Amino acid sequence: MFKHFINLESKAFFRSASVGKSIGLKILMGFLVVYFLLVFLVLGIALYPILEKSFPDQKPLAIVNSFVIFWLFFELVFRFFMQSLPVMNIKPLLVLPINKQSVIHFILLKSLTSIYNIFPLLVIIPFGVYNITKGNYNSLNIIVWMFSMYVLALMVNYSNFLIKKKFAENIVAFLPFVLLGLVFFGLDYYGVFKITIISGILLDGLVTQPILALVPIVILVGLYFLNFRYLKTNFYLDSSLQSKVQEAKTSDLTWTKRFGDIAPFLALDLKMIWRNKRPKTVIWISLIFLAYGLLIYTNPHYKDTPAFFVVVGILMTGVFMLNFGQFVPSWDSNYYGMMMSQNIPMKQYLASKAGLMSVSVIVLAVLSTPYLYFGWNVLAINLSCAVYNLGVNIPILLFAGSYNKKRIDLEKSPFMNYQGTGATQWIVGLPLMLLPALIFFAFYKLVNIESAMVAIAALGIIGLVFRSFILSKIAEGYTKRKYETLSGFKQQEN
Amino acid sequence: MIQVNNISKKYNGTTVLKIDVLEIPKGQSLGLVGNNGAGKTTFFSLLLDLIKPTTGAIINNEIQVNTSEAWKPFTAAFIDESFLIGYLTPEEYFYFIGDLRGQNKADIDALLEKYAEFFNGEILKNKKYLRDLSKGNQKKVGIIATLIGNPKVVILDEPFANLDPTTVNRLKKVIKELSQDPEITILVSSHDLQHTVEVCDRIVALNKGEIVKDIQTSNETLQELEAFFAV
Repeated sequence: MFKHFINLESKAFFRSASVGKSIGLKILMGFLVVYFLLVFLVLGIALYPILEKSFPDQKPLAIVNSFVIFWLFFELVFRFFMQSLPVMNIKPLLVLPINKQSVIHFILLKSLTSIYNIFPLLVIIPFGVYNITKGNYNSLNIIVWMFSMYVLALMVNYSNFLIKKKFAENIVAFLPFVLLGLVFFGLDYYGVFKITIISGILLDGLVTQPILALVPIVILVGLYFLNFRYLKTNFYLDSSLQSKVQEAKTSDLTWTKRFGDIAPFLALDLKMIWRNKRPKTVIWISLIFLAYGLLIYTNPHYKDTPAFFVVVGILMTGVFMLNFGQFVPSWDSNYYGMMMSQNIPMKQYLASKAGLMSVSVIVLAVLSTPYLYFGWNVLAINLSCAVYNLGVNIPILLFAGSYNKKRIDLEKSPFMNYQGTGATQWIVGLPLMLLPALIFFAFYKLVNIESAMVAIAALGIIGLVFRSFILSKIAEGYTKRKYETLSGFKQQEN
Repeated sequence: MIQVNNISKKYNGTTVLKIDVLEIPKGQSLGLVGNNGAGKTTFFSLLLDLIKPTTGAIINNEIQVNTSEAWKPFTAAFIDESFLIGYLTPEEYFYFIGDLRGQNKADIDALLEKYAEFFNGEILKNKKYLRDLSKGNQKKVGIIATLIGNPKVVILDEPFANLDPTTVNRLKKVIKELSQDPEITILVSSHDLQHTVEVCDRIVALNKGEIVKDIQTSNETLQELEAFFAV
């Protein structure tokens, strides 16, 4: 049975309309994966000697054991944002003589092949080998320890799915986890409650008493079972239908009328965002990313590299723009045929998308002004980044959109619908952040920081001045590629 | 009103539609019949410039559809549910189409009032999004939306499919009324020979992408068509 599933999956990948784009992205992802594999491998090899040298009075294994708890927490957050869930189009399979359980097992086991499960191995194995050769431990005990560490990583894998599913219903569900983690970290840091000690005691115990390794295994099996049960109870069409029928709330958006020609589209986009789960999460993500600056500005490490602040500024003021803009016009893919046969000037349609993104950039820029606390430079960089986003990045995203052929199913139930919640959407955004950072860096090195800010803001202003002209040019591209876009949007994908 | 010149559509070397000449005069109601794969939807998609013709062109009221967009203001179509916007309520959808066609809210309300019977009380003021309506009710919304803004050309692909018997009869009445108007040209496709013959002045039968019959409707038309499609 699994053979059939693998066959179906590969066909779905290679025969999809966006295969060209996907392969391009996959190659880029491939490079990143190799890079991270190397980073983790180096970390794994270097960890033991470094710890031994820095803390000669403690055993490296004991130090690692006490910090495992934070590593797991970090891994969970990392996976939450980066790892996309395994998906499969189950509808055609429902009425076929296929055992439901085998489909679910396939989906769950498929996730084990994810690269995120390889990374921990690269650290665990070299570190364990060091312990055996240099650390005076019984090799069997260390092998059990290594095995348990990997089981812990897989626990994170499956907990992530459970949390991510909750998150699809409601983002607030994830916040308590983050807060709890931060609270423990804070308590530990100030020495109130040392969770690292507990983590250390538990895992040290595991090294001396290998039989304790059964505990994480039992938990892993339990998590697997929870996932299994969740999928099984949702393996019906009506359970997705049930949550779907909601009472329509009509909203009065007549205030959009003052935007003139683009008003009907603007009202439509606002309804699209508010009434569909997928675009709605984009809003929440934008708000969460406003806090990103806190992580960076408080870190003295980055003080002397203001070019990096540009990346942060573009991201904070443009996170909605990046997440929304790169899927134009796919947001309208369900009814693009109707749009194309209606009396719609392409330029107006694009202008409304640009308008919506511009508003988001301005709102986020205003919300980010409290970062003034970290100095005038921070504020000035953020504002020039906002102008750059308005003038340069929005047209770039819209232009790239004319090559979008991938359908987005707004109406699909939240069950297994996680399109565009993985790493790829961030990678697409990389050039948009790195280019201004490079320009900034060049001016900063050659002249001074003020001129660097003026340079990126000036590019933005040039873009704004010529926006109408640029949009007309972009609109021509959309009209030219209309037929390909339409036929791409027709394809149903999972 | 509509002239078809040497139009053809090929996919990977297979011809799915080839019409040398077809003229549809203003005010006519034309029924397009044929089996699956005969090219009905392909023809409508070409007429709406949703797919690219391999050769030839279609001219809609002196405008070549794949070079200019000026045909859009007076042409309205409902091909399938992908013409609806799932997350809008029916009213919002009608107002949105109205906005695009330069109609104000009062115009739309008047139009909806006129077709209240057709909706059978299942569409309006129901507090449901279009995606939550049944296929038949979605179709009702799509069909009435094509009538917004007094279009000169109305294109309906398979309008009778998925509708209940009562609604089919009401729809026939609606189409017949429209066809009385000498300004409105109607194109309807269907598998159902009887419905099509009842509402159209002229029937064009397609088979494997080519026109095999082109007849003005008379008392014998139905028999003639049934004989043609008999197995």
